Amino acid sequence: MRPDLDVVASLVPRGSRVLDLGCGDGTLLEHLVHHQGCRGTGVEIDPDAVLATIGRGVPVLALDIDRDLATFADTSYDVVVLSQTLQTTQHPGVVMREVRRIAPLTVVSAPNFGHWRHRLTLARGRMPVSRTLPYPWFETPNIHLATLADLERLIAAEGFAVQRRVLLDPAGRGRRWAPRPNLVAPGAAYLLRRLGTGGAVAG
Amino acid sequence: MLAPQARVLGQVETQRVVLHDEADPLQLASGRTLAPVEVAYETYGELSPAADNAVVVCHALTGDAHAAGHHGDPARPGWWDTLIGPGKPVDTDRFFVVCSNLLGGCQGTTGPSSTDPATGRPYGLEFPLLQMNDLVAVHRRLLARLGVERPVAAVGGSLGGMQVLQWAVEHPGELHAAVMIGASSRLTAQNIAFSAVAREAIVRDPGFLGGQYYGDGGGPKVGLSVARMMAHITYLSEQALAEKFGRRLQGRGDDVAPVPRFGVDFAVESYLAHQGESFLDRFDANTYLYLTRVMDYFDPFADPAGAARVAAAGTSSLVLSFDSDWRFDTAHSMRIVRHLEHAGAPVTFREIASPWGHDSFLLEVPDYHATVRAFLTRAADERAGRVDG
Repeated sequence: MRPDLDVVASLVPRGSRVLDLGCGDGTLLEHLVHHQGCRGTGVEIDPDAVLATIGRGVPVLALDIDRDLATFADTSYDVVVLSQTLQTTQHPGVVMREVRRIAPLTVVSAPNFGHWRHRLTLARGRMPVSRTLPYPWFETPNIHLATLADLERLIAAEGFAVQRRVLLDPAGRGRRWAPRPNLVAPGAAYLLRRLGTGGAVAG
Repeated sequence: MLAPQARVLGQVETQRVVLHDEADPLQLASGRTLAPVEVAYETYGELSPAADNAVVVCHALTGDAHAAGHHGDPARPGWWDTLIGPGKPVDTDRFFVVCSNLLGGCQGTTGPSSTDPATGRPYGLEFPLLQMNDLVAVHRRLLARLGVERPVAAVGGSLGGMQVLQWAVEHPGELHAAVMIGASSRLTAQNIAFSAVAREAIVRDPGFLGGQYYGDGGGPKVGLSVARMMAHITYLSEQALAEKFGRRLQGRGDDVAPVPRFGVDFAVESYLAHQGESFLDRFDANTYLYLTRVMDYFDPFADPAGAARVAAAGTSSLVLSFDSDWRFDTAHSMRIVRHLEHAGAPVTFREIASPWGHDSFLLEVPDYHATVRAFLTRAADERAGRVDG
């Protein structure tokens, strides 16, 4: 399994019912089912990834995260996973609002646009292409890039508390600590707990 | 050296078996009993020694037991031959496939055209009203007779998928997997309205004779063919009709100026007339009444515990819809998905892009077939204990 998926899995409590939004080929959910006693559902829109997920015996709904999250009932899962998914959605704020409604816990992993290599490339006048952001700007699925500082602002604004944060190295392996993470960490994975009961955030 | 595997099913035969007699009548959901109950069925592939490779195929409103292979003319295969056969998504090299004509049917299984032992004449409208669970009860009895306790999966499109859903809800744990294609868990007012007009066409035909029209070569022929013609329009998408026929005129070149008449002028009219006419040879009007009524009242999630039973049993479901299907559109499939998913049952869903409307489930649509293949392969591996379920 990809190292960043190991990190994400480590943030999912044992025995949870998990909704994996953007589940890819179902590797993470299969791992959670077989090694952490979880059960759950994947959501994926790429046809080949859907077939691969079916082949793993993981339930998968071929739905559009930007359009179809209303399908899922309030607090119908223990954990929602957004593994390298949030930055690919049309409206990350709306997605965060929906996942807060669906589960008390959310795991988010995302690349850090504020990593120093990215900043350096931008300072030279070019869009970054790196191990964590491997696509040229004109064909990237990552349409809503954020720095870790930006992401954490959205997390707070949408009514979540960060319960744990694991910084990711360029290979996606977990690092507990780093000085000035928004500058040095290529990515991060968060375990978020929703504040309140899942209703709308005041203000 | 091993013999090369047959790549086609070849010739198959419909078999018949009496599943219930006077001493052991079928207990219907309505409380009434029915005997005898004879069933026409076909099987493809070999049942494994552990009897753990059975797949049940449930047919739609006007289907029959002859799902795959042929009856002598390879050019006229069974109605789901695209899906079932050696190397096909329902792979007969691996699965023991069973398809039977539905209870209430008219293609070899006991239905309203069968002889009522009480009177010695066809039941007609004396045949008891049926519910979805009655159709499933007969499938289950047939399986038991064939030595199968727990099939790998039941697979069906349209009314076939509705039987599969009923099975999963009412007999939890019996199906390892359930495949529902272009199905519904509850008809809409529009769906019922179409069925109502079809039934009216039949019942108002002077040849209907209160349902006792058998034996004189008569019957509600106009009504039944009109019902079929109208239903057929709902099975196809507007695009499918446009591509197949457009506004072409029948039997004339487009360069000839049309002379409007009230007969069959347009190609689409000719097609519908043929559909209506050929239907008369193979279908019984009373079966049409009985089976459409079963669909109208079908509502398995009205029992709030229904979906929870599927979840507790762990039956995994595959729900497929077609984007151009307006008979049972994606909203119908999503209703099934929502109920199962909310209850915590494992469910997989895809809307398949296909221009052919409701009838897409009978056609070879690559994404659709690939999905069924992947799902059934996995289900069979799980059932056989080759991977964890």
